[in-house]
Amino acid sequence: MRRTKWEEYQKDIADDKYYYARSCIRQNFFPGSEKAFLDILRNDLGKDIFDDPLHTSCTGIGYHSDIVPFETIMTVVARQFALMHEAGYENFTSSCITSFGIYTEILNTWEEFPETEERTRENLFKATGRELVKPKSLAHTSDVIFHLRKEIAERMKRPLVNALTGEPLRVVEHIGCHYAKIFPKSGIGGSEFPYVLAGMIESWGGEVVDYPERRHCCGFGFRNYLVQANRGYSVANSQKKLESMAPYRPDFIVCNCPGCSMFLDKWQYTIAEMEGTTYGAHGHGIPVLTYEEMAGLVLGYDPWELGMQMHAVDVEPLLEKMGVEYDPSTKYLGPKGKYIGKPAAAAVNCSAGVTLYDIKK
Amino acid sequence: MASVNFGFGISKPRVIDIDRNNLRKSDEILLEMPELQTCIGCGSCTASCTAGNLTSFNFRKVHALVRRGEYAGAYEEMNKCMLCGKCRLLCPRGINTRGVVMLIKRKLGDF
Ligand code: SF4
Ligand code: SF4
Repeated sequence: MRRTKWEEYQKDIADDKYYYARSCIRQNFFPGSEKAFLDILRNDLGKDIFDDPLHTSCTGIGYHSDIVPFETIMTVVARQFALMHEAGYENFTSSCITSFGIYTEILNTWEEFPETEERTRENLFKATGRELVKPKSLAHTSDVIFHLRKEIAERMKRPLVNALTGEPLRVVEHIGCHYAKIFPKSGIGGSEFPYVLAGMIESWGGEVVDYPERRHCCGFGFRNYLVQANRGYSVANSQKKLESMAPYRPDFIVCNCPGCSMFLDKWQYTIAEMEGTTYGAHGHGIPVLTYEEMAGLVLGYDPWELGMQMHAVDVEPLLEKMGVEYDPSTKYLGPKGKYIGKPAAAAVNCSAGVTLYDIKK
Repeated sequence: MASVNFGFGISKPRVIDIDRNNLRKSDEILLEMPELQTCIGCGSCTASCTAGNLTSFNFRKVHALVRRGEYAGAYEEMNKCMLCGKCRLLCPRGINTRGVVMLIKRKLGDF
């Protein structure tokens, strides 16, 4: 297979003036990532991006769990588009892969069935008095970072290189299923050759790891984890991937989906506690980053400002490899210096006992 | 180790691993009846099966599993066949399916 196959699958991504739709779960599990995205776009790259307090959840989790009907979610999505138009924007970008899949699915439904679009337009007007105006372009936020990867590379402070050996860092990229497996045309590189994260890694000096289960799902799949009895299936999927990637000794994993980054990170904790198995070097887990965190590190952001203390698998081994200067004693201090609490020792982090972080406590 | 009980375990995969299965019996069967290799898995045999309409017997499933080295319970399953031969009339590959039933029973009697 030619390495440039992905180039045949392209999509239009706007250069500037984005309307930003946040994710529900990311703000809990990777709370620094969305802020980092806004900071990178506004402060580093000088782009116009509108973070609208009026928009709501896309209700995707409810939809995929058979709680929210399709009619309802279409109206909710129509409202987001109406808000975007009212704010004077036409390039919609969503932070969540599930939302991105939902928006793609609904825009396609409206294209195939114009009468459904009309019905949604009517429902929206009756419910809120707003008018539906469809976006000119729809992109996931990882598409936007991919699109701007060269501009980021120009401002790069720390490449994805092992500072000790000078070798490129070995990175596993994991793409959310709802990014391009639903509508292959909606993703860069389609569903078979997704290049959105690989492109960032290669432009910033890293090396992409190819491994047998690279395109396997992380196991998130709403219904699988919502019901406790099904979680064994969910964790088994992550385990399958981790077992497959471990022999390639990746330095870290990067994901573009809220669910994937959460599960590949937290299931490592679970597997270590249940079975005592870890997949990284020296008995540690493999750190899992969001692409915003990766971009943030490359641009020289402070890891704690990026929210990397919220990970289940400690990121310090990676920071040391990259030569990132960080203050261990401020890891568990919030933005105003307030102590935010420290997780219990975990097998995935080799159960470190009392550490430097306890000093500030 | 199993130190923490989260209220669920880690499911084991149910994939058939041909590299690990013992394919000796399967090879013997295919040697005696090479035409079985031309099976396209259409399921006509199962759809037309008299026994399958009355019991949970699924002929295609059993011979497909046997070819992949999954022999457990195959003999008992094949005993549900009443040898009516309807499947043989329908098989688009002209496989002697009734012969397959007999062959599997002969080869796997001790499994
Ligand atoms: S010969 Fe056996 S397998 Fe074939 S249709 Fe009859 S009962 Fe079913
Ligand atoms: S009818 Fe013939 S080809 Fe079709 S599944 Fe049965 S044996 Fe195979």
